Amino acid sequence: MRKIVVDDIEVEVPDDYSVLQACEEAGAEIPRFCFHERLSVAGNCRMCLVEAKGAPKPIASCAYGVKDLRPGPNGEPPVIETRSDVVKKAREGVMEFLLINHPLDCPICDQGGECDLQDQAMYYGVDSSRYVENKRAVEDKYIGPLVKTIMTRCIHCTRCVRFTTEVAGVSELGATGRGEDMEITTYLEHAMTSEMQGNVIDLCPVGALTSRPYAYQARPWELTKTETIDVMDALGSNIRVDARGREVLRIMPRLNEEVNEEWISDKSRFHWDGLKAQRLDRAFIRKEGKLVPTSWNEAFEAIATKVNATDKSKIAGVSGNLLSLEDQFAFKAFMSNLGSNVIEGRNGVNIDPSLGRGSYLFNSTIAGIEDADALLLIGVNPREDATVLNARIRKRWRQGEFPIAVIGDDVDLTYDFEHIGIGTDSLNDLFAGKHSFAKTLENAKRPMIILGEGAAQAGDINEIIAAISNFAASLQGDDGWNAYNFLHRSASSVGALELGLVFDGGIDAINNAKYDFVFNYAADDSGYEKSEGSFEVYIGSHGDKGAHSADVILPAAAYTEKSGLYINTEGRVQRGLRASFPPGEAKEDWSIFRALSAIVGSPLSFDSFDQLRNALYQEYADLNQIDALLPVVESTESGDKVTKISGKGIFGSGLDSYFLSNPICRASAIMADCASLKQTTQIAAE
Amino acid sequence: MAVRRLAPQDIQPSAFAFNAENAKWVEGQIAKFPEGRQASAVIPLLWRAQEQHDGWLPEAAIRVVAETLDMPYIRVLEVATFYTMFNLSPVGKFFVQLCGTTPCMLRGAEDLKDVCREVIGEQNSVTSDGMLSWLEVECLGACVNAPMVQINKDYYEDLTAERFKEILADLRSGKDVAPGPQIDRHLSAPLGGPTTLIDFATADIKQVEVKEKVSVAPSAEVKPVAKPKAKVAETLSLDDADRPEGLEKARDGEADNLQLISGIGPKIEGILHSLGIFHFDQIAKWSEKEVDWVDGYLRFKGRIGRDNWIEQSKILSEGGETEFSARKTKKK
Amino acid sequence: MLADEDRIFKNLYGYQDAGLKGAQARGAWDGTAGFIKNGRDWIVEQVKASALRGRGGAGFPTGLKWSFMPKEEGPLPHYLVVNADESEPGTCKDREIMRNDPHLLIEGCLYAAFAMAAHTGYIYIRGEYIREREALQRAIDEAYDAGLLGKNAAGSGWDFDLYLSHGAGAYICGEETALLESLEGKKGQPRLKPPFPAACGLYGCPTTINNVETVAVVPDILRRGADWFANIGTPNNSGTKLFCISGHVNKPCNVEEALGIPFRELIDTHCGGIRGGWDNLLAVIPGGSSVPCLPAEQCADLPMDFDTLRNLKSGLGTAGVIVMDKSTDIIRAITRISYFYKHESCGQCTPCREGTGWMWRVLTRMSEGRAQKREIDMLLEVTTQIEGHTICALGDAAAWPVQGLIRHFRPEIEKRIDQYAANPHSDPVIVAAE
Repeated sequence: MRKIVVDDIEVEVPDDYSVLQACEEAGAEIPRFCFHERLSVAGNCRMCLVEAKGAPKPIASCAYGVKDLRPGPNGEPPVIETRSDVVKKAREGVMEFLLINHPLDCPICDQGGECDLQDQAMYYGVDSSRYVENKRAVEDKYIGPLVKTIMTRCIHCTRCVRFTTEVAGVSELGATGRGEDMEITTYLEHAMTSEMQGNVIDLCPVGALTSRPYAYQARPWELTKTETIDVMDALGSNIRVDARGREVLRIMPRLNEEVNEEWISDKSRFHWDGLKAQRLDRAFIRKEGKLVPTSWNEAFEAIATKVNATDKSKIAGVSGNLLSLEDQFAFKAFMSNLGSNVIEGRNGVNIDPSLGRGSYLFNSTIAGIEDADALLLIGVNPREDATVLNARIRKRWRQGEFPIAVIGDDVDLTYDFEHIGIGTDSLNDLFAGKHSFAKTLENAKRPMIILGEGAAQAGDINEIIAAISNFAASLQGDDGWNAYNFLHRSASSVGALELGLVFDGGIDAINNAKYDFVFNYAADDSGYEKSEGSFEVYIGSHGDKGAHSADVILPAAAYTEKSGLYINTEGRVQRGLRASFPPGEAKEDWSIFRALSAIVGSPLSFDSFDQLRNALYQEYADLNQIDALLPVVESTESGDKVTKISGKGIFGSGLDSYFLSNPICRASAIMADCASLKQTTQIAAE
Repeated sequence: MAVRRLAPQDIQPSAFAFNAENAKWVEGQIAKFPEGRQASAVIPLLWRAQEQHDGWLPEAAIRVVAETLDMPYIRVLEVATFYTMFNLSPVGKFFVQLCGTTPCMLRGAEDLKDVCREVIGEQNSVTSDGMLSWLEVECLGACVNAPMVQINKDYYEDLTAERFKEILADLRSGKDVAPGPQIDRHLSAPLGGPTTLIDFATADIKQVEVKEKVSVAPSAEVKPVAKPKAKVAETLSLDDADRPEGLEKARDGEADNLQLISGIGPKIEGILHSLGIFHFDQIAKWSEKEVDWVDGYLRFKGRIGRDNWIEQSKILSEGGETEFSARKTKKK
Repeated sequence: MLADEDRIFKNLYGYQDAGLKGAQARGAWDGTAGFIKNGRDWIVEQVKASALRGRGGAGFPTGLKWSFMPKEEGPLPHYLVVNADESEPGTCKDREIMRNDPHLLIEGCLYAAFAMAAHTGYIYIRGEYIREREALQRAIDEAYDAGLLGKNAAGSGWDFDLYLSHGAGAYICGEETALLESLEGKKGQPRLKPPFPAACGLYGCPTTINNVETVAVVPDILRRGADWFANIGTPNNSGTKLFCISGHVNKPCNVEEALGIPFRELIDTHCGGIRGGWDNLLAVIPGGSSVPCLPAEQCADLPMDFDTLRNLKSGLGTAGVIVMDKSTDIIRAITRISYFYKHESCGQCTPCREGTGWMWRVLTRMSEGRAQKREIDMLLEVTTQIEGHTICALGDAAAWPVQGLIRHFRPEIEKRIDQYAANPHSDPVIVAAE
């Protein structure tokens, strides 16, 4: 710890603090453009200059360590001034330099209203310009369908370059040329390939990099900002949904150190146009082979008639990948009220929840990755399965001494790893200590093993889980450290396991059993196939696969149009809020089940969303702890320890189509662009 | 400098590869640097690629170099556009880089520019016969031989417009021109022969007489080979008659702040104290001879006179202020 | 005048063989093993005692700089880097060392490397010096062949490898941390300091960067004794120095002289006087383009050393003396320097990237007279907004010449503006809209 005096306030800060951090500790505000907590220090904007007493010139506080400050002649603590004339003059000077070549196009700039340069010019600049020469104009560059460039506005802070290189792990952006002709670009203006490039829009302190789909859509002060949870993957990234009226216009990340830091993937950020396309805004019914619009009443009657004519044991329910806990709970309550216990919501991965929570959660926690010292990835492509989590792995890897090995596809994960193999044989060898990486894991203090959904393709998922969690438990790690992690792909998977939307044999069993009547609750990606002659009711928000085969369609809400709880892959319960309303005649999901229950059987017990949530809490008390992790109870079941996987199989990894993995994405034109671009670059690379 | 862009696609070759000789050379360059630091060789490699490719760097070469050194393309592009010696579009067979910075400008670089415009045309344009192109560049580091140009690898120095025209014409017609100074001088020696090192102004090597051969034995004291011949004042005797009279200690135990005299810093002040000089009025009273003595003692070569210590001291001893002392006290 | 005997670079003009044989005949590589056997501390002490100050421009005491390196090699290797990126306008001294007396440099590298416990040295030479690069490489190869480099270099028991690398046209790479970046294969953009290279330099390892001339005088200091060197010149400004006198003198040349030689003596003895006679002198830039110019009246018996020139708000810099006679359009001359800095600004930090272009544009107008007089003060203020606010010294170097111009030649600028304004056909001067 070190004592330092900032503007007459003495503070004590750790040795590794920068002067900027120390100033903030003392309550002084330091303007900055290039500095960002999560990026390397560039020190190039010079906005954060402060005066260190005794130093010949002002120092860049972001780059100067407190340990490098000189104490006074008699050992007094170093003195920093942030409000002196020297500092004021330096800031005004830098501000003027930044503005002389910055265009005066704020009225047509999308950054207007949330622009660091605007704000700081107000606080630290002078009110007039002395610059009479021609301003610099810079050609705009194409860097992909997501990020729009207006390069004349660039102030060369290089945050975008540092982000793509350091965090995203693709060295694609760079600053070419030099001096005042320095320009940010990609190589030959190729589109960026990072799945988290959208974050450069947030990072850019001016309007040089803005969101292309959002261009000229709205001003920030017109938007209603709602804090909610992302459902594009199982990470539960914290997001903010900005809507004007009913229309969602953009999605931005929120800060949550435990989950997504302040990043989100492009899928999370740019799928929003899918929220208004392909929407089911009224009920439909199939007449003479064709789906025709109908009223809620007629649809309900048709369902009631069919339900009454069907043996209750021949009714099944399948649920989808974007649902909240309340949705799933209401659906389950509806099904059991109807007399059916055939309900499946695990999105194609038939994990047996009786193995215990520890078997399907990301036990080391996402933030725990930063404490880990060895990593084994099995049947998982974290770059696609959970893009932001992959950035966390990369962050840890960059710090060094973090050996990583992969069993599964050998793809570019943005960090180096040892590729051990692709199948269960390699894994069995590892268990048997036949591969050197087994030793690495054994010697590690905090080893991590991440198992992904790709494991389901290699054989019996439950056997694989049992074998790997046994192996993980056998590793000598620190006390309390759990090396075993399961990484889900879908936001609703852990919820389905928790709430028991589980049918023995999974979706294949349901497909094979050919039920007469199926409630398809937004289960477009579950693998459910309608069988000949069965009656299907589709409840969901988008006219996707499930709706096409349905006999009756009940329009429901998308995730932004309803509140709800979500459990992420590490077992963290998070709350999402409603940002807008379902379109047309569509209703919130729980109210559909509530209304339908009154017609096909006896009414469900909840009449409002609050009652529904209370019912959920009553049945599952654990879920009441918002933002906390679900407690993992050690399995007491004793049985034969699985030490070897019996079958032979190949681990799959990655999604069929990353950008098109759910109904909202498939309805999004932006995601379609991204998907086709990804395909072209992949072909070009091969 | 203007924005540097790669040449248009239609003149870019689709591929580039180092020839066999260069490929071998590349390995040698990479070997200069520690393992994993092969990126250090990027500038030499790009340069060699440019040399191989008629003096300009095609896009394909940037990719080849990036792949050779395991660097992202954009990083190599950054380097290629940052360093101005990489020509991103075609140049003439004789590529003239004309130094236009002030030392050359003072001695006629602008006339040479006119020659270039007349003979070659605008900057960066290649003559129709492909022989010549030119570019104004910044200081090439041959300022005492100004004005000068670099043509391909060689410097042509001490040019006049006429001589430069002849050189361009000769090169164009395939004649060799000897590089270096184009007037009667040897490299950077003065025109008409050196003023120093006359004995060394010949190709004959005379064995330098090393008077005391340096002993290889590990003696910690290596004696100077020769006594310095520079004008260094003899060490003056403290008992010299011209030494100004000093006090044993400051009157009333409080010395004046001699540093208020421009030209006296803490070090000199200390020496003056050791000579018994503590007060302005002492200095103010120095005779010319005494000034010379102190000057010599301090090895000043006349600085006391130049800085006008006597005048300053007079003013200060009377309680006045000099411009310097005012500034100095104000600062404190 | 310095005696020839006291000159270090005896083959400065390249009349003689630059090869190993010639160099050895002139005294190079004599006693090498013995000096190294005297130990690391002894060499550093000798250099300290000689009061040698860096010859690259800043004039930092060399011995002190060497002593910043960790005493013994830790887990990270140490590096010696020689800055041969001579690009300061007005300076062409290292060029002569490298092509005419390269062995002094190579020998100096061995001592410097040993003194800082480095087994590897890199010489970074500017890209334009192609022939000099060839000459230096020849000399290095020669030294390797003669066993003076490599394992047990010169029989000293110290292993030392010396490699030559080069730049490709960027003045900023003469800044020591930009040079390191360039040597690592990146753009030459200076690093933030601290940490200083002695703690975290090339590849993150302890590194010392020295100018060619600094390193090349070390062998003679060791051979002839620190006293000999310290006794040349003036106190705190000791030793000999290569001066490069360019511009409006009758015979521009390089010459090695004692530090502190009066300006007039330097010009009259070696350069045949000022073109058109002493009274025709207008101004002098005494230390390469980065330092402010001095008007003629300050120059007559001006001792050419670090401290005197600094006290006159100028500097000795690299001792690249640019002389301007009264035919010079001083505003244009400084404008051209201003263009140089705009051209060479790396673009990394704001004040330099934006400010150098601004200064140059205003000066361009001023050199035509197309400006307002109040813009002179504005320009001066812009220079102070750059100075001291940048990552490296290039910002300062860009600001100083302009400050020197305004300090000493403001009436000249005002006259130019008046002349322009008096011309009834001139374009109106633009004024910023507010």
